[in-house]
Amino acid sequence: MIRTGRTQAALLAGKTVRAAARRLGHGGTALPGLVAERVDPDLVRALGAQLECSALITGTNGKTTTARLLASILQEAGRTVVHNRAGSNLMRGLAAALVEAAGKDGRLPQSAVGVFEVDEATLPSAAAATPPQVLVINNLLRDQLDRYGEIDAIRERWQHAIRSLPASTTVALNADDPLVATLADDVRGPVRFFGIEDELDSVDDHAAEAHWHPETGAEFVYDRIFYAHIGHWRCADDGRSRPNPEACARGIAPAAGGVAFLMEIDEASTQVGLPLAGLYNIYNALAAATAATVLGADLDSTTTALAGARAAFGRQECLSSDGHVVRILLGKNPAGLNEALRTLQGRDDALHLLVLLNDGLADGRDISWIWDTEWEALAPRVDSVVVGGRRAADMALRLEYAGFPAPRARQADIGRALDRALAGLPDDAELTVLPTYTALLDVRARLSARAGAPPIWEEA
Amino acid sequence: MARRRLRVAVLYPRVMNLYGDRGNVMALQARAAARDVDLEVDSIEIGDGWAPDETDIVLIGGGQDREQRRVQADLHARSRALQDFRDADGVILAVCGGYQLFGRSYRDNHGGVLRGAGVFDMVSIHPGPRIQRCVGNVVALWEGDTLVGFENHGGRSYLNEGTIPLAEVVVGFGNNGGDGLEGARIRNAFGTYLHGALLPKNPRFADRLLQLALQRRYGENELVPLSDAAEIRAHAETLHRSLRGRR
Ligand SMILES: [Zn+2]
Repeated sequence: MIRTGRTQAALLAGKTVRAAARRLGHGGTALPGLVAERVDPDLVRALGAQLECSALITGTNGKTTTARLLASILQEAGRTVVHNRAGSNLMRGLAAALVEAAGKDGRLPQSAVGVFEVDEATLPSAAAATPPQVLVINNLLRDQLDRYGEIDAIRERWQHAIRSLPASTTVALNADDPLVATLADDVRGPVRFFGIEDELDSVDDHAAEAHWHPETGAEFVYDRIFYAHIGHWRCADDGRSRPNPEACARGIAPAAGGVAFLMEIDEASTQVGLPLAGLYNIYNALAAATAATVLGADLDSTTTALAGARAAFGRQECLSSDGHVVRILLGKNPAGLNEALRTLQGRDDALHLLVLLNDGLADGRDISWIWDTEWEALAPRVDSVVVGGRRAADMALRLEYAGFPAPRARQADIGRALDRALAGLPDDAELTVLPTYTALLDVRARLSARAGAPPIWEEA
Repeated sequence: MARRRLRVAVLYPRVMNLYGDRGNVMALQARAAARDVDLEVDSIEIGDGWAPDETDIVLIGGGQDREQRRVQADLHARSRALQDFRDADGVILAVCGGYQLFGRSYRDNHGGVLRGAGVFDMVSIHPGPRIQRCVGNVVALWEGDTLVGFENHGGRSYLNEGTIPLAEVVVGFGNNGGDGLEGARIRNAFGTYLHGALLPKNPRFADRLLQLALQRRYGENELVPLSDAAEIRAHAETLHRSLRGRR
């Protein structure tokens, strides 16, 4: 299978590093992929060529959850899946997943399907290395401007990537995000849209980003906004509007620990109970179901897999510590955090929060965005709050403005912040943790250590 | 004391609100309310009318280049009114992209020249997409105190002779990364590259804007001090992060 000595060397190097990392307890890193890619930059192409088919999933928010849902649908349908589940969505993450799946001879399992989440900026190189059967783009939201740059630049990069895809690639686009839906103009092959068909209340979100069509300059107007700038849109002057989705959700209702809705794909429909709350997870489920259909999975497998979905790492994930349920809701950018906060408003118990704000490179060093998040509505529901992370004081000030009770503690050190948050909880109370990305890695590792929860790489 | 009222005109809040600039409005509102001052906020979008005589403070936030291009014509049509407002000692705070547009001109990342409102005697030039942006935490010296915030701008601003800088850069790039200056001031008009949001964690500067507006409208000089414990902690934390980030 492996044709060049270099690829063989890369594979062995990757496997060796992986074994060593596992011995040291760092199973989930992309280090094996990084090393293997160094040895042979062509590794992803060489190994990926053996896949029967593959899906690439990108977008600002929801990549991890969508990829995870798609992988479980395909497994439910009896397929063998190669998935970069350990969380690295750069080329090295794809390389790590392929190195892990391949035997020493470089052979992937028979008719394996690739499911890869890719970083916004990585999409072009990933698409070039492994041209997918289906490319999923879920949303384009404001995220860490200091790191990713202006969102026009990201959208332009996506356009280039889409134009160079073969006509055999289906592109699945979110009909409700105008910055994504309008990418259809650049697709050579088939397009499938997904979206929400429901008369839900409109929200006014300060994280909204799309005001005008990026090319025509026509102003977007909305009949309904579900979150950020995602909703039922049309262009004011030129008559363009949200396309009718081939896959949609209707009749959305809260259900125990999540949401229930009717999912329609083409002529078929199925009642879905998704144990993940929030509209953003409905989009993730629709995105996964659309891709699964393209890859040939049946609707029953989709329904079953969605019903059995477990939260991805830090995305509404539930752990337990010191006799308390600890729920983690990642909030890495304004749109994501606002959706997490809306999810909490749907709950009817008093809230005990641990809010963690870091300003590492992977969080975005600029924390100004906390002033675009909508804490005010949640304030009356909050019983107690502890703030932590390197920018705890900035977050405490934001929460004071929102009318929150004075924090029980404010600790730059996340371990201490967690201690204080757990120590002051009433019996049976649940702790809700809202971390930025690096704070999530930190607090999740500490919770694992405390509660004997499985480390990341096993859990995933 | 009798209840007083100030009116703030926020220019293009829907479009020019990049990264939390609405925190500035929230800070003015909260700090005014604590002094029994009602702060009324008028949102001025493209094409909307504006009554300078009834306005005490004008705010404009940041925006990406495409947003600046979008509002430029409307803003330029208001140049005269804004300059008159400045000359009548109206209080102005222009942040980042809004600051660039309040200068004489801005050559943007596509090389197109946007004519500004001319509130500040200053030109801004984007050196092109290949040149590093000015990104990071900022500490600047202002009136014996520090201003802290975060900057993220491609364009470089150059003050013409006679325009006073707002502050001197200790950490960060400031106006252009070369002359050590940050922001601009003419009369009661202030321009700056600092987000953060700026006013919540720079309470003395926020109070300066309020005090100038109250003095102009009501002849009042003094503001009752506030405790500002959380504000000062956030200010100190940003100082700490900025100074550590230098290494
Ligand atoms: Zn800016």
